[in-house]
Amino acid sequence: MSVLPILWYWLVGAIFAGYAVLDGFDLGVGALHLLARTDEERRVMMNAIGPVWDGNEVWLVVGGGTLLAAFPPVYASVFSALYFLVMLLILAFIFRAASIEFRSRRPQALWRRTWDFGFWSASVLASLLLGIGLGNVFRGMPLDAQGNYVGTLAGLLNPYALLSGLTTLALFTMHGAIYLTLRTEGEIEARAARWARGATFVFVAALLALTVFTLTGLPRIVARFTAHAWLLVAPAVVAAAVIAVLVSLRRARYWAAFLASAVLILTLMLLAAISMYPVLVFARDPALNLTAFNSSSTPKSLTIMLVVAGIGLPLAAGYFYVLYRTFMGKVKLDAHSY
Amino acid sequence: MHAVLSSRIQFGGTLMFHYLFVPITIGLSLVLVVIEATYLATDDPVYKQLAQFWAGIFGLNFAIGVATGIPMEFQFGTNWAQYSRYVGDVFGSALAAEGIFAFFLESGFLAIVLFGWDRVSRRVHFLATCLVCFASHFSAVWVLVANSWMQTPDGFQIAGNGAGARAVTVDFTRVVLNHSTLQRLSHTLSGAWQAGAFFVLSVSAWYLLRDRFTDPARRAFKIGLVVAAFAASFSIFTGDLSAKEVARYQPAKLAAMEGVFDSATTGAPLHLFGIVNVHDRTVAGPAIPKLLSWLAHGDVNAAVTGLGSFPRDLWPPVQWVFQSFHMMVGIGFALLGLTLLGLWGWWRGTLFQARWLLWPFVFAIGAALVANELGWATAELGRQPWIVYGLLRTSQGVSPTVRTAQVWASVALFALVYLILGALYVVLLNQKIQHGPEPAEARDTEPMLAHGERAQLP
Repeated sequence: MSVLPILWYWLVGAIFAGYAVLDGFDLGVGALHLLARTDEERRVMMNAIGPVWDGNEVWLVVGGGTLLAAFPPVYASVFSALYFLVMLLILAFIFRAASIEFRSRRPQALWRRTWDFGFWSASVLASLLLGIGLGNVFRGMPLDAQGNYVGTLAGLLNPYALLSGLTTLALFTMHGAIYLTLRTEGEIEARAARWARGATFVFVAALLALTVFTLTGLPRIVARFTAHAWLLVAPAVVAAAVIAVLVSLRRARYWAAFLASAVLILTLMLLAAISMYPVLVFARDPALNLTAFNSSSTPKSLTIMLVVAGIGLPLAAGYFYVLYRTFMGKVKLDAHSY
Repeated sequence: MHAVLSSRIQFGGTLMFHYLFVPITIGLSLVLVVIEATYLATDDPVYKQLAQFWAGIFGLNFAIGVATGIPMEFQFGTNWAQYSRYVGDVFGSALAAEGIFAFFLESGFLAIVLFGWDRVSRRVHFLATCLVCFASHFSAVWVLVANSWMQTPDGFQIAGNGAGARAVTVDFTRVVLNHSTLQRLSHTLSGAWQAGAFFVLSVSAWYLLRDRFTDPARRAFKIGLVVAAFAASFSIFTGDLSAKEVARYQPAKLAAMEGVFDSATTGAPLHLFGIVNVHDRTVAGPAIPKLLSWLAHGDVNAAVTGLGSFPRDLWPPVQWVFQSFHMMVGIGFALLGLTLLGLWGWWRGTLFQARWLLWPFVFAIGAALVANELGWATAELGRQPWIVYGLLRTSQGVSPTVRTAQVWASVALFALVYLILGALYVVLLNQKIQHGPEPAEARDTEPMLAHGERAQLP
């Protein structure tokens, strides 16, 4: 019976990884928004994610829902521990939705500039907060015996978590810029390729710094990789994917670059998961760690959820195929655009 | 002290704001299906104009609904951690199923409905509209499953004890189809259909009174009227089903809804309206003798369980529940009466000349939304002091280490953001309504104006 928590550990991880790959480029496009020069460029960039960002965001909602269903104590501990960060994240998502919806509905310059700023700041803030949250979970938080956070708000803004936030922002910006090369043409396309290269270098620098922090500050992670050296395949794939992104960008093979970027994000999530397994949340006291085994729902509920996911996720893949097939290609503004 | 009051205000407040947009989304999705089906059947371009106009309003409404829905998904964890630990095994499945089954479908095909007019065929577009309508209803199904389980929990057992006690699923079918799911789902949907239909009626009546877009407005009005009349009648029927279920499974809630205090009141009267005096345990107001006993139990002399049967600390806030319930019922009957008047006018052929009849329709959307909110207020306040009826108190469900000051700070942030959001929604909605159902080519987004340049509004 103990196979079910293991299965759900990877399944919940896969849903969050899917979220990072999909909404990652939406957030990245938002983070680049203010670099667009004209009103039309900004509309093109916004409409590049226009029909898809909402569906992409659903992956986060589903991630939250399945986390609650499969590992209730983890859901409870993480979100209450990160209370204020989650509230800010929620507000960022509200502002992103409002900015996309409202921006082009009125012609006044002040109106549009306000929402341009809202779109940019919400996307940057959300990317940072997602990284800070993951960084804290990865680094370990002070929890009591019931799994409640006993630290301070300032404790969540530690250098490790902040660096993780910066890494995430750079990663999403790179991913978003590459996505833009696929959806735009002419001058924006060329500039997006340059943005992508710049973001990649920032990302690499941030990731290297994060790796140094991890190797020096989190001995349990080092122990995991020394005990199972074959797991080093994952960081090797990360390195290969970064190189593939840069080479593909140089050759203007943007689909290859996007694919490499998606593989990079998935592998980073995988790297986090294999470093932590079977732990979902590290407590300062290892005896209080929340793991797939001490925090999972009953086998009965996990089985029911497996049926739900087994039916629902393949269907969702079908919807996304239809959605992207309908809207992929270079953005052309029309009467129904934002 | 734990952040109970602040967390309740935050959850209730964000939910009530969210629920201004939800019933409109559900109801409008149904009206859109009818409009587009009519377009396919008649090939009349006016219906395409109507479909695009209402799809645009649907999109604006949906965007705010999505934005304000995200806090709902995460507050169970941020503010109600103990609740999540206690019921996650049961409650989580319903919430996850909503996301997996409904949200993916809804968000995927909404884009085709909003942006796909020139990219897919008419039939595919209609199919997308139907799928969005289905998905918004299916999402209501799972939310109502989850919420009804909190009202009438079933299909579970308690595992462990003390701080480690958890509700765990024993029979998923009984979790899903617990004692109140179908009654509450059908009543919620009938309320949502009214919200969507009265929204269409309100805007159309306004156009007719102003003599603008008369042709499309008449057609939309007729579609809205049929949906509203059906939904209003259905909500009386489903409301009766719900009340009978409440009488049976949540007697303290029913007692509060009607202000029944004596522990076993035979031949209980039904108050049309009134003021509850909780201290003296009386209700002042006109009442119909024996009607409550008959409605609740099908027998004019049946005994209705009163609040006296429960310890004082298990009473819901009686006055609030009583007033919410009575105002909801009053509005429900008034809206039904209005739709019947409308149908009568249509049959007589005088509907669109009767200005006195069109005016109430302009404002009826407000009443419909208020009734939707009051229905939830009745259900959720009537459940107090329990978060899961009979199992876990609201005060026990809160996050133990989240500080009150933090929650008040987020309450203030939400209040500020929602105020801005609500105001902008009204401004943009008004802009869309003033613009009206024009052929699509005329609706292209205007180019940005430089500073100081004046907008050329129609």
